[in-house]
Amino acid sequence: MADAKSPVERPLSPHLQIYKLTLTMAMSIIHRITGAALYVGTLLLALFLIATASGKAGHALASAIYGSLFGKLVLFGYTWALLHHMLGGIRHFIWDTGAGLDPVGRETISKATLIGSVTLTLLVWIIVGTK
Amino acid sequence: MKLSSSSLATDRARIKGLGAAKSGTKHFWHQRVSGVALVPLTLIFLCTMISLAGASYESALATLRNPFTGILLLCFLLAGVYHMRLGMQVIIEDYFPQEGIKLFLLMLNTFFAALMGLASVFALLKISFGM
Repeated sequence: MADAKSPVERPLSPHLQIYKLTLTMAMSIIHRITGAALYVGTLLLALFLIATASGKAGHALASAIYGSLFGKLVLFGYTWALLHHMLGGIRHFIWDTGAGLDPVGRETISKATLIGSVTLTLLVWIIVGTK
Repeated sequence: MKLSSSSLATDRARIKGLGAAKSGTKHFWHQRVSGVALVPLTLIFLCTMISLAGASYESALATLRNPFTGILLLCFLLAGVYHMRLGMQVIIEDYFPQEGIKLFLLMLNTFFAALMGLASVFALLKISFGM
């Protein structure tokens, strides 16, 4: 099995550069990217909890970093990624039942995901901003 | 009794329905179940983070020490790291066909998810139980 490599150049199946970009395709790619971003983003949550558990100075340091302009930008992105991935997951649950897979339904549901994630993210940050 | 004459698999293997990877739809199903749990938990997590934004050390401790908040955050953390480990596993399997690199990254994935989960849970429990 180890030396089963063929010297013959096999044709490859069509990939990204062949297909026209569609909304559902873009949403699928974004779902994976936001998932990967959230994976790394777990570090943010772990570090905040560890800093807070380490005492007052640790919490102050974490608050200063997370509350800085750069920190807020990262957290804003994290918020959107989280909400977008959550709504994307709900979209997949709906598709899992077999519903919403028709040409009109799948476009509508994809747009709803995008509009929903942007709206909810803005809502979260407006609440934080007016605290 | 013969179930199929066209399959090379034994009847027992066909009944178990686990396929060549020996895990059947387990990965898919666990991804869904953890995903379902994460929908409400994510919303609770976001509400907690909103209340923690800009909060003083004392009020952050008070929020995290609330048993309801603490328990739900623990659920979010554990479901989250399990879900993200499953997701990253698929990404690695998709993009790294080389056996050695794939195996290495799959291990790293498990270690990272475990570390994030354990570190966050430890920190949260330390905050909850006093420090």
